[in-house]
Amino acid sequence: MTVLLDLDHVSKFFPVGGGPNQLARLKRRLSGGAERLSKVYAVDNVSFVINKGETVGLVGESGCGKSTLVRALTRLLDVTDGSIKLGARQLALKPARVFARDRDRARIQMVFQDAGDSINPRFTAFDAIADSLRRLRHIRGKALKERVETVASQCGLPLALLSRFPHQLSGGQRARVGIARAIAVEPDLLVLDEPTAALDVSVQVVILQLLQQLKRDLGMSYLFVSHDLSVVRLLCDRVMVMYLGKIVESGPARTVFERPWHPYTQALVAAVPRFAGEATERLRLKGEPRSPIDPDPNVCRFYGRCPISASDCKTKAPALRRFGNRHVACHFAEEFVVQRIGPVHEAQATPQI
Amino acid sequence: MTAAAAALRVERLSVEFRTRSGLVRALDNVSFSVRKGETIALVGESGSGKSVTAYAIMGILDLAGRVTNGQVMFGEIDLLAASPKQLAAVRGRQISMIFQNPRTALNPIRPVGRQIADVFIRHAKVPAREASGQAIEMLRAVGITDPARRASAYPFELSGGMCQRVMIAIALAAKPSLLIADEPTTGLDVTTQAVIMDLIADLAAELGMATIFITHDLALASQRATRIAVMHAGHVVEDAPIADLFAQPRHPYTAELIAATPDSAASLDELAAIPGSLPDLRRSDLPPCRYSERCPRKTEHCAQPLPQTAVGAEHIVACWNPLPVYAPLKRAIGAS
Repeated sequence: MTVLLDLDHVSKFFPVGGGPNQLARLKRRLSGGAERLSKVYAVDNVSFVINKGETVGLVGESGCGKSTLVRALTRLLDVTDGSIKLGARQLALKPARVFARDRDRARIQMVFQDAGDSINPRFTAFDAIADSLRRLRHIRGKALKERVETVASQCGLPLALLSRFPHQLSGGQRARVGIARAIAVEPDLLVLDEPTAALDVSVQVVILQLLQQLKRDLGMSYLFVSHDLSVVRLLCDRVMVMYLGKIVESGPARTVFERPWHPYTQALVAAVPRFAGEATERLRLKGEPRSPIDPDPNVCRFYGRCPISASDCKTKAPALRRFGNRHVACHFAEEFVVQRIGPVHEAQATPQI
Repeated sequence: MTAAAAALRVERLSVEFRTRSGLVRALDNVSFSVRKGETIALVGESGSGKSVTAYAIMGILDLAGRVTNGQVMFGEIDLLAASPKQLAAVRGRQISMIFQNPRTALNPIRPVGRQIADVFIRHAKVPAREASGQAIEMLRAVGITDPARRASAYPFELSGGMCQRVMIAIALAAKPSLLIADEPTTGLDVTTQAVIMDLIADLAAELGMATIFITHDLALASQRATRIAVMHAGHVVEDAPIADLFAQPRHPYTAELIAATPDSAASLDELAAIPGSLPDLRRSDLPPCRYSERCPRKTEHCAQPLPQTAVGAEHIVACWNPLPVYAPLKRAIGAS
């Protein structure tokens, strides 16, 4: 399989100001000492690849860095460190503002969470879809109209609705406009940030089926960000589970959800509501996540909330290790692996997924 | 079911809203009841009238809304006919509510501990000095670590899950006999959702509380309720115990809703979309069955007023042509 997007050791830190240390910092600065800002480790040393034509899911709870990671790889946000390669081209060094006018801008497109909020309220559906074509493809006039109408019908949006403003459209129709706008410039990678979170189940089904159809027709790769595991299971080939800025588990979507190995994934899967009659393991997480501000590099991020929380977990942070086609970042992964598939001969630390 | 066992009985409740573009018939003859210690889930898509039902029960409908018909019997009191004084004695003390978005429901400019203490002072007649201590105990009971410190925090300083715990503490402070939880976990992570739902269930069991749980998530409802009332466009279309509803949905809409839930399918192609959309509730020519225009099982009977057919023990369906018993779901037909 050809690699489309290759992320290598990507990190994004945000400095935090204010807080109780502000006075101490001010004193230090006045006395001529070096100022050291605290940082939020939103994305910490993340590496993975997305292959051509693949659908990858990214799951994790709010605040785990999903959105920051997505904004970094769609180049809406500059990274602190690491490399982002689209094909052979290095994108990480280009400032986001410059990349906005880059020839490769069209190759990575994004469908935002709530189409009602992310479409300019003063643009008609036509203008919303035409905007990226005008800016990135420089199409005008009749050709533009033709292209917009083609894309709209591909997304099941009636042409009569193209002259409407977002507030005149239903939730499902707005979602279609958001998708049409993104695929109009024929991207190679479509990043979907919770595209169905604001929709009712009946509409969600239609949009998910539309996405699957578009992928079959256009051969795009998808990065699908969601906290709804039952949707990820249906749509994705592979899934990555993120916890506090790190990827803690990844692998084929079905096997990861059927046999989760990382304790966090296990809790996540156990928490998904199932229809009555199916047994649910009652694995509950206690407490709040650890602070993402200046985390101790030698403590597992899940320590304290994790049912295992052994002494090793607070002296050495687990690396992401490979087991066949899966990766797990847990000192105790072997125990789960051995239980399920028999002994593993050599678990090696790998930088890539 | 005897009236004595019911903690709350909603009978033929109809609510209308006056809007600039016409009269919206938001609820039409909604009836259901909840027994002591029981959890009933109101399930439906957005716009089906779940929250309006809760607001009408609590008497906190928007000014444009008006109850045109029906009774809400809480014990011997008809909440809809009660005087403001009677209502004030019941609300917050015997019936309380968890609102959908804790961040907007909590007062942003008062510490959360004081907001809980208010309930003790107002409803339990606890002296103000002791109320703050009890508020801290309440925060501990809903599983907030370091409650003494958190009590002086403002809502913006707490995470969404913690705000929801505060909301629960406020709702349960007066030990009510009926709790209305309006989408208590929407917008929270699944892991937090599981913890919050466990917390509500544990406290409800401890206090012997009746719970009306409003959600759009059929799978969550199936785990947490004993009975489900499915709502569609202001009607309760089916009301049944969990096991019956999933083994044998009788209303076509219930069956479609189950088949559209991602959890029910092995692949995306198996998921079935529900054809059509909710009817415009402003129309003056709404058919008696508001689902009939989307319904594949429509017959000429459907133009007559909706029936309330008992099709099993405590299983009621509002349909002239219910799905036959043992008729498998759509997806099961596709699989065979």
